[in-house]
Amino acid sequence: MNVVRGKLLPPVLAIVFAALLCSIALLVSGGNPASALTAMVAQVGEGTTAVDIVNSASVYYLAGLAVAIGFQMNLFNIGVEGQYRVGAVVAAIVGGAISLPAGLHAAVIIVVAALAGAAYAAIPAILKVTRGVNEVIATIMLNAIAAGVVAFLISQDAFGVLRGNNIGTAEIAETGWVPGISFGSNGTVFGLVLLAAAVGVGYWVMMNRSRFGFELRASGESATAASAGGVNAKRMVLVAMLLSGAMAGLVTMPELLGRDHTYLITSPTGYGFTGIAVALLGRNHPGGVALGALLWAFLDKSALALDNVGVPKEIVTIMQGTIVLSVVVAYEIVRRLELAAEQRRVGRQNSGNGGAPGQPAGASAGGV
Amino acid sequence: MAATTTSGGENPSAAPMTRTLTPPRRRLPGWATGMLWVAVAVTVLSTTAYLTNIPQLTSSSTTQTAVRLALPILLAGLGGLWAERAGVVNIGLEGMMIFGTWGAAWGGYYWGPWVGLLAAAVFGALGGLIHALATVTFGVNHIVSGVAMNLLGAGVTKYLSTLIFQPLSHNPRESPPVPKFETYSAAGLSDWLAQLEATQRVGIADVAGILRGLVTGVSPLTMLGILLVPVTYLVLWRTRFGLRLRSCGENPVATESLGVNVYLHKYLAVVASGALAGIGGATLVLNPGQAGFLENQTNGRGYIGLAAMIFGNWRPGGLLGGAALFGYSDGLQLSSGGQTVLALVYGVVLLLGVLVLVQLFRRRWLAAGVSLVAAALLYTLYWTVDELPSELTTYLPHFLTLVVLAVASQRLRPPAADGVVYRRGEGD
Repeated sequence: MNVVRGKLLPPVLAIVFAALLCSIALLVSGGNPASALTAMVAQVGEGTTAVDIVNSASVYYLAGLAVAIGFQMNLFNIGVEGQYRVGAVVAAIVGGAISLPAGLHAAVIIVVAALAGAAYAAIPAILKVTRGVNEVIATIMLNAIAAGVVAFLISQDAFGVLRGNNIGTAEIAETGWVPGISFGSNGTVFGLVLLAAAVGVGYWVMMNRSRFGFELRASGESATAASAGGVNAKRMVLVAMLLSGAMAGLVTMPELLGRDHTYLITSPTGYGFTGIAVALLGRNHPGGVALGALLWAFLDKSALALDNVGVPKEIVTIMQGTIVLSVVVAYEIVRRLELAAEQRRVGRQNSGNGGAPGQPAGASAGGV
Repeated sequence: MAATTTSGGENPSAAPMTRTLTPPRRRLPGWATGMLWVAVAVTVLSTTAYLTNIPQLTSSSTTQTAVRLALPILLAGLGGLWAERAGVVNIGLEGMMIFGTWGAAWGGYYWGPWVGLLAAAVFGALGGLIHALATVTFGVNHIVSGVAMNLLGAGVTKYLSTLIFQPLSHNPRESPPVPKFETYSAAGLSDWLAQLEATQRVGIADVAGILRGLVTGVSPLTMLGILLVPVTYLVLWRTRFGLRLRSCGENPVATESLGVNVYLHKYLAVVASGALAGIGGATLVLNPGQAGFLENQTNGRGYIGLAAMIFGNWRPGGLLGGAALFGYSDGLQLSSGGQTVLALVYGVVLLLGVLVLVQLFRRRWLAAGVSLVAAALLYTLYWTVDELPSELTTYLPHFLTLVVLAVASQRLRPPAADGVVYRRGEGD
């Protein structure tokens, strides 16, 4: 009961609140919220939408987990955006340049992507550990610089190949492709959706069943208590950031190896910021992040139907922004309510025992 | 933004101890240090312009572009200063700036630039209000709320732009051209400086070029932006309200115990912060340069504003210096490209050379050695490369930010309770 109230109620409340707000916005601008919603839900059954949602969700999921690792210890890796782009472009360049047997080729590309992402994440990590530079500002700057690095690496002076009007990296040979799971006319699910799922399982095991995961969460709960318990704070920052960067490097792998086979100058951006939103929605829990990623992908892909009913599909971006803001507020409100309920409960217990004066109620409730 | 880790907020009893450990070493008043830095910058730039034979470094057109580009950064930084002095980290500046650009285009298109400016401030302030609601009332993590604000800013303006601008401009991503502020030049002075600049005499021509850039083509919005720096200083450091606001950022629990309404002050600070960021967005739309609202127009300037504020050590004067630095490096690469940026590298080598001498004089061998190595590396870069790739020079301000933070962040002192969630009555 408590689990349901504490973990599921806030996101549901937030989504309802966001939907309500968007309905008001629609009504004010002369649209019909009910028809918009039915159009969006009906769109899931149309054509390749359902498969597209799963495919996008796998990408968002990886980005969300990459962000979540940092969030677990209050380390704000805003730089997933830059790390995944650098990882993708380096992996695409390497993958296009080498020839290996099938299977091994793809594996090498994936490892290179993870390493490149981790290497780019190492810059803010080292700056934070050695020079005390705040990781938020450093990663934001590195996001911008990553755009420059990607543009430079893809340019024809470096590794770019001109195809039609579009510049991209050399195409990866077929040995490096990862086949998808075909659903006929309904589209093809990326094979690397399984990679995303495996990363999710690995993330859960690492967080809940390993010493490192325990230390990571302990650092997040209370940095002073963790360091008193012998956790090396600097090492934790470094390792968490590198892991986060490595996961960020994997973000575009389902798309790169399953569909595009090249990284173009026009390849989509913004997955890193989606990852932040998804991680917040899912409270850094692998299952929650998966639900968040699916919701986000649903909003993105079903929005296409909105133009048919005369509603600008940009309403979805308002909805996404509102959901994120209201979900964090909802979690905070529920946390406070639970804290108050706990304090009342302990207070009742103490008064039932004759109100032992030496044990203030707040002391035992403080740990909730 | 807490660039250095301080424990002062959690352990107030440690504060007096650290104060005795670091005695005030300030020998010069703030304005004198500022003048000194200006003098150093002008000297280095004119020497570099002379030695590398690239007069664009100090030309009036470069300076003019620099002022235009520094202004949004300056205003965003002022916004960050207001919020962080009250203890609220405002990563959402970017989103509030986006609100401001949309508001400026909307108000400006229908009712002229002054209404546009007002609309930008109001829209930005609304963004600030949401941020304040989340962080102050609901105690949400400041960075989380700020990131959400940025998502919201981009989303709402996207929707509004599709709804309102598309019928007018036939493009959901931009507004129709918006009327601009008139620009003014100090006529006699500007011409005289132009003559001086044309003489190409070392030093005099450089100073004339920079000054001419400052007094030519100035819009009321530019004047307002620059005026807001001393205004911010006076309000925050010379009034009772400012003292209370800053004490909310240093030790909210102690402030509360003195009967100050901490929530109210934080709210006011964050709303003011949003309004300033909104005005910063308005400078992109209402100053000559761009036609009107454009999606992704702010392009991370809110973040750079925040970085400029950190560069300036959470002080208005330093912030002005930071904004000038970023605006100048941005303007330089924009107006004259990779070769000129390379000349700037040469200038940095000169600056490092001076720094090495100073460090040697002060017997700081390690610092001198590091500076010497850095100078040698940059000098080889200067000689081996003809021109920096344009894809990378675009991000010169971002790169500079990283370098500055890496070098200086240990000497910075953010407000002690910056970014700490405060709840009324929870002090111990």
